[in-house]
Amino acid sequence: MKVIFKTSYDRDIDLHKDGWARARIVALVAVMAALPFLVGEYYLAEATNTLIWALAGMGLMLLVGHSGQVSLGHAAFLAIGAYTDTALMNAGLPFVVTFPAAALAAGLFGALVAIPAVRMSGIYLAIATLALFVIVEEMIIIAEPITGGVGGIMAPAIQIAGIDFDRYGQLDRFYWLCLAVVVAVTWAYANLLRSPTGRSFLAVRDSEVSARALGINVTRTRALAFGLSCAMTGLAGALMGHYIAFFNYELFSIFISINLLLVVTIGGLGFIQGAFFGAILITAVPQAITILRGVARDSLGVDIGGMPGLDTMLFAMILIGFIIYEPTGLYGRWLKIKAWVELFPLARRDMFRRQKSYLKTERQK
Amino acid sequence: MSLLEVEDLAIHFGGVKAVDGVSFAVAPGEVFSIIGPNGAGKSTIFNLISRIYAPTRGTIRFNGRDITGLQAHQVAPLGIARTFQNIELFDHSTVLDNLLMGRHVHRSTNFIQDMLFLPAVRRAERAHRHRVEEVMEFLELEAYREKMIAGLPYGVRKVVEIGRALAVGPELILLDEPASGLSVEESQDVAFWIEDMRRDMGLTVLMVEHDMRLVSQVSDRVLAVANGKPLAQGTPSQVQADPGVQAAYLGTEVAQ
Repeated sequence: MKVIFKTSYDRDIDLHKDGWARARIVALVAVMAALPFLVGEYYLAEATNTLIWALAGMGLMLLVGHSGQVSLGHAAFLAIGAYTDTALMNAGLPFVVTFPAAALAAGLFGALVAIPAVRMSGIYLAIATLALFVIVEEMIIIAEPITGGVGGIMAPAIQIAGIDFDRYGQLDRFYWLCLAVVVAVTWAYANLLRSPTGRSFLAVRDSEVSARALGINVTRTRALAFGLSCAMTGLAGALMGHYIAFFNYELFSIFISINLLLVVTIGGLGFIQGAFFGAILITAVPQAITILRGVARDSLGVDIGGMPGLDTMLFAMILIGFIIYEPTGLYGRWLKIKAWVELFPLARRDMFRRQKSYLKTERQK
Repeated sequence: MSLLEVEDLAIHFGGVKAVDGVSFAVAPGEVFSIIGPNGAGKSTIFNLISRIYAPTRGTIRFNGRDITGLQAHQVAPLGIARTFQNIELFDHSTVLDNLLMGRHVHRSTNFIQDMLFLPAVRRAERAHRHRVEEVMEFLELEAYREKMIAGLPYGVRKVVEIGRALAVGPELILLDEPASGLSVEESQDVAFWIEDMRRDMGLTVLMVEHDMRLVSQVSDRVLAVANGKPLAQGTPSQVQADPGVQAAYLGTEVAQ
């Protein structure tokens, strides 16, 4: 196990604990950037989808994992992001304007909604966000001139400084665009967590009464967390709109909200990395099922193609399994494996026993 | 002039008069203790001062300013920090982060600066960290710096609570039963720290405590309460000798 000798406070303030950790992140981003040269069109599209899910997952992670609030309606903010971006682009504005506008619209709407909503907690907040989702869905259908109503709307091709980022024409560029956004947001998110703002989120999550006693305005902090979370989700929504290219309100169903919750819980609540682990799982499982179907049909002669709901069932089983056996999620499991390897052969069974406690968000009040 | 003045403070929960007409004044640099049997309303007085409860009647003045109408989060910036009887730490954070959370009232950056982590944020972080390290050195918490609260023993958590309150950099510190559940050695440490807070840091201490040994060792003055009403006020020995106090603790017959 590596022991780091710290000689200045900056070692703790820095994002990475040492040069080795930084090098690993740089290598990961480099591999991700080189992906268009390594894999075919189909898998690149899947990777793009995973990135967009990771972005939306980070949005919800900030809310659920770091500020202790539950939202069952985050698909609404994906929708707000997507429709704001597309509608403004259809009105003739360039993507560099519409994309931040999507974040701003979703963020402001989120913060506005949060002011009354954050007075609730636990199951009540979950129901309120669910209601919000239904309202937003209905509003999209009603606002037909802007949103295309039930019929749907076409997201125009992205152009930045004369360069095309069309999802179908130039998938590699669209992928790089998504990657750049995800890297930037991850960086900002990580910065947030090592600064007073992030600490105030954690404070509000873990003990409201002592947060107040330390001078933290709980209502404002929660509204800020809500707003930032929705802004991130809005960015993901805008990208998702372009990724799907032609969409209507059905793209942002309640299942998307639930899948987002799966991303953060299975990934590992309270870790940025968890959003990525969760996003990979949520986009890989349908792929795995498709492959499984092929295998079952070709070699076993069993046709499971006509079994609807298989994905949902599998997701549900995975979620139940995680809640029972690994409440800290995929990332928590990864940390344990890492510690086991680092300490080999000295790791003990009970080492993580104390950590098996639940975050406040997971408890019912 | 007194630093903290409490006048005719009362709070009624329905028919229960948890605190009923308590008045006292704490001078700057003083160690003032509130004692009383279980359910006497001691912690309620603390919760009233830190504005978690709104009083039914009475005023609380800090540095001459009426703080009775303030909200809970507006109290700490004035220079009042507190600990909780049933430890209220941020369980999923390290000791270091818990203490840094105590620096919230001194934050100078907004969330946009924080997200971009501008040089000003790093400078502020270094300054906060320096202050927190001083507190850690004072309370000998260095060994637990990177440890999660959830895995720490009770005695250490108690000290981290004191540390977090000190990190606020207050003028007045409210200690709610700092020695409850501690061993004899640990509560002796608490006594020394209280002495040092007063002498070296110039703090004023308002304390609720059951351990009479600790109370008489460190307190300048003591207020005894029972059933929400004040019984006696004075030096530790005066209050201990008061027949009303003895009756409240031991029952009337024994006192007679």
